Amino acid sequence: MNTWPRIRLEKRSDTPHWLSRVTPGLSVLAALLVIAVIFGLLGVNPWIAYARILTGAFGSLYGLSETVTKAIPLMLAGTGLAVAFRARVYNIGAEGQLLIGAICATGVALFIPGIPDELRLPAMFLAGALGGAVWALVPAVLKARLRIDEVLTSLMTVYIASELVNYLVYGPWKGPSEWGFPYTDKFPLAAQIPRIGMTRIHYPTLILALLAAVLAYILVQRTRWGFEIRVTGENPEAARYAGMNYLRTAILVMALSGALAGIAGVGEVAGIHYRLRYPQGISPGYGFTAIIVAWLARLNPLGVILTSLLIGGLLVGGDAIQLAMGLPSATVYLFNGMILLFVLSGDLFTRYRIRIELPERVSVLVRQEREEVR
Amino acid sequence: MPHVTVPAVEMRGIVKRFPGIVANDHIDLTVRAGEIHALLGENGAGKTTLMNILYGIYHPDEGEIFVKGQRAHIRSPRDAIRLGIGMVHQQFRLVPSHTVAENIALGLPGHFFFPDRAVRQRLQEFARRYGLHVDPDARIWQLSAGEQQRVEIIKALYRGADILILDEPTSMLTPREIEELMTTVRRMADEGHTVIFITHKLDEVFAVSDRVTVLRQGKVVAIRETARTDKRELARLMVGRDVLFRLEKRPVTIGPTVLEVRNLRVRSDRGLPAVRGVSFSIARGEILGIAGVAGNGQRELVEALVGLRQVEKGRVLLNGEDITNRSPRDLVRRGICYVPGERLVGTVPNLSVAENLILKTYDQAPICRGVFLDTQAIASHADALIEQYAVTTPSRETPLKLLSGGNIQRTILARETSGAPVLLIAAHPTSGLDVGATEYIRQVLLSQREKGTAILLVSEDLEEIFQLSDRIAVMYNGEIMGILPANQADLERIGMMMAGVHRAEPEVV
Repeated sequence: MNTWPRIRLEKRSDTPHWLSRVTPGLSVLAALLVIAVIFGLLGVNPWIAYARILTGAFGSLYGLSETVTKAIPLMLAGTGLAVAFRARVYNIGAEGQLLIGAICATGVALFIPGIPDELRLPAMFLAGALGGAVWALVPAVLKARLRIDEVLTSLMTVYIASELVNYLVYGPWKGPSEWGFPYTDKFPLAAQIPRIGMTRIHYPTLILALLAAVLAYILVQRTRWGFEIRVTGENPEAARYAGMNYLRTAILVMALSGALAGIAGVGEVAGIHYRLRYPQGISPGYGFTAIIVAWLARLNPLGVILTSLLIGGLLVGGDAIQLAMGLPSATVYLFNGMILLFVLSGDLFTRYRIRIELPERVSVLVRQEREEVR
Repeated sequence: MPHVTVPAVEMRGIVKRFPGIVANDHIDLTVRAGEIHALLGENGAGKTTLMNILYGIYHPDEGEIFVKGQRAHIRSPRDAIRLGIGMVHQQFRLVPSHTVAENIALGLPGHFFFPDRAVRQRLQEFARRYGLHVDPDARIWQLSAGEQQRVEIIKALYRGADILILDEPTSMLTPREIEELMTTVRRMADEGHTVIFITHKLDEVFAVSDRVTVLRQGKVVAIRETARTDKRELARLMVGRDVLFRLEKRPVTIGPTVLEVRNLRVRSDRGLPAVRGVSFSIARGEILGIAGVAGNGQRELVEALVGLRQVEKGRVLLNGEDITNRSPRDLVRRGICYVPGERLVGTVPNLSVAENLILKTYDQAPICRGVFLDTQAIASHADALIEQYAVTTPSRETPLKLLSGGNIQRTILARETSGAPVLLIAAHPTSGLDVGATEYIRQVLLSQREKGTAILLVSEDLEEIFQLSDRIAVMYNGEIMGILPANQADLERIGMMMAGVHRAEPEVV
C-alpha cells in the first residue's frame, strides 16, 4: 500500500478565464523563487538582490528612464513577434533583423549624401524597416517555397547579420576618426534621434513603438488580415479550407515582425550610440529577449507594452546588481532564461490541473467491514 | 438465472464534476462477469468519463468502485491493469514508426533487451483464440484502423485484462472491420472475458450486447436486458424524446445539371492514383449519394471538387463553366459549399462560435468594410444563425471547442448552407454524431434539396445513403462501380459493388 501522497496531472475540460490571466504573473514569480535559490547558493542574499533590482529599475528617475530606454527595442521587436507567433510563424531571428535595421540606418546616415536634414531620420527609419523586412523574408520564402522550418533558418540569419556588422565595422565602414576601434564615424546631428532631457529616452522611437503596439492590436483583432493570421495560427487546415492564402499570411507576418525589429535597430544606433559598433555593443540580445516579452504578453500586442517595460526593468536592475553585488555578467541571461522557461511551462497549468492525493490507509478497514457484512 | 455471482464491476454513486458541468451525476453501474455490457448515450452523456474513472485516468469526486467484489482504489491505469481492466480508447495510443510486437512489448516489465522477441509467441495464441490476426513485424503506420485496433486489444489482453472497455470502437472502422470486431468481442465473452462496449449506435447495442445501461446528461436513465427492449425505446431513453426513423422526403422536380464531372483523375498524398477516371453529374434539387468503404478515393474526389487537391486529368463543370483546378476561394464564391468529414478541418476550435460562422465570408460585406471587420455585423450574423439552426451555446463568444459534436456540426452547417449554395458537398456529415443531431442534419440536407441545391453526399453509412439519396453511386478502388436510381438500389447490390465484385450496367442518361 502506497503511503506517500501522489501528485498527478489531470487534463482540464475547460480553462477558466481568470486562470489564463494570472498564469504569466505566477510563472514569473515561480521563476524568481528558483533564481532566489541560485542566488542563495552563490552566497548572495536574494531578497536584498531583488530589492536592489527593484530600486535600480524603478526606484529612481534615472533607473526609470533607463528602463524605458531598454523597453523601446523590446516593445518594437516584441510587438512584431507577438503577431508572427499568433500565426504560428516562429520568427526567432528578430536579433538579426534588428542588426540589419541598424546597418541600413547607418548607411543612410553616413554614406548617402544629399538628403535634406529634416528627411534624414525618416529615411533612416524607412531604410531600417525595409532592411529588417527583407532580411526576415529569407526564412519566410524558404518556408513557404521549400517547407524549410523557419525556426532554424531565422536563427541562422542572426549569425549572418552579426558577422555582416563585424565585417563592416572592422572593414570598409571603420571610422577614420575612431582611433582604431571597431566603430563607424559618429552620425551627423541630423541623423541623431532626439532624447528627452538628460535621459537616453529617444522619444520618437518610443512613440513609434507605442503606435506599433496599438496598431498591431487593431490589425490582429479587427481586420480581415488579422482574422487570417488568427485562423492560420489556430488551424492551418481550416485556413486552407476557407480559401486563405497561407503563403501570403506567412510572408506578411514575417515582413511585419522583421520591419519592427529593424526599426528597433535604427533606434539603437541613431538614438543611443550614434554609430554602428560591433554587434554586442548595439544589442545585448534584444531580439531574443523580445521572444520572452511576446510570450509573457500572451501574444497580445497591447500586453507587450507592459511586459517590455517589465523586462526592460529587469535588464536595468540586473545590471545594477551585477555592479553592486559582484555577480557574474551571465546573471541577466539567467533571469531571461528562467522566466521564458517558466512562462512557457506555466501554460501547462492552463490545460492541466494538479491533483494531490493523500494516502488512504482507511481503505483496508473499509474492505474488511464490507466482507463482514457479506 | 445463474446463482449469485460477484459482479465483475460495480460502480456506486459515482460523481465527477468538471468546471460548469456534472459529467457523472451519482451513477450506479453493475457489469456482470462474462457479459457484454453496452454503455449507450449521446455524445456528452458521460460514458467516456465514467469509463476513464474505472480505468484510473480520472478520479471520482464521490462514489466507490468494486472490482470482482473488492473495493478498489484505482489511482492510475497501472492500478486498473493490475485489477485486470483494459481499455481501448477511441484514439489509439500506439507508436506509428514501431512494429506491432514492439508496441505490445512497450512498458512491459522485464525483457530490457529485444523486448519484442518475448511477445511473439503469445501473439499466435491470441490469433488462434480470438481471431485477432496481425503481423508482428508490420509497422503501425502501415496498418488500417481496424488492424491498429486489434493491436490495442491484444495489448490489453497481453497485460492480463479480463475486463475490457471499448470506447466507441466502431467509429473508425469499415463495415467489414466492424463485422470482424463484433465476432472478436463475442469470442472474448465466450472465453469468459467481460466487455464494456461504449457506443451511441443503436444497431451495435443489438448486434453484440447482453445488457445495456443508458446514460443521459450524466445520469443513468435505464438498465435493460438487450433482448427485452427495442430500438425505439432505447432511442427515446437516450435522446429524451421520440425520434423519427423515417424522414419525410418530398418529391422534387429535378432541374438542369449543376455539376458535371468528366473522367476525373486525382492522386493521393503519396502520389498514387486515387481517383481513376470518374464521371457523374448532379442536377438541381438532386442528392447523389456516394457509397463505399472509406479509402477508395472519396476523400481525394471531394478535395479535388472543392479546390484543395490538384486535378491531374479530366474536367469539372459547374453550370456548364469549366472550374477545374480553380482556387478554393474562387469555388466558394461560385457557391460551392463543403461540409468536411473531419470537423477539425472545417472549424477553428479556439475561436468563438461567431468567428467560426464567418470563416468563409470574413472578407466580404457586410462582415468586412474595407480591411476592418464589422463587430456588430458579425454579432447579428451569429445571433441569426444560432437561432435559425438552433445551435445550443452559452453565447456567440463561446469558443467553439466547448460545444458538443452535434452543435459544432450545426455551426458548420449553418455557415455552409445559409448562403443559398449552388452545390453542397457533404462528406460523412453525421459521423460520430448522436441520434438527435443526426436526424437534424439529415433534415437540413433534405430541405436544401427542396430549395434546389445540388448535393453530393459521401457517406459510409448505408442507412444514410438510402434515406437521403435520389441516385446512389458506389466507389471502389478509385472508380465508380455504377450509379443506380435510389428506388432500384437494394442493399445486396450496393454491398456487392462496395466490395468491388459486381459492376452495374453503365447508366443510361
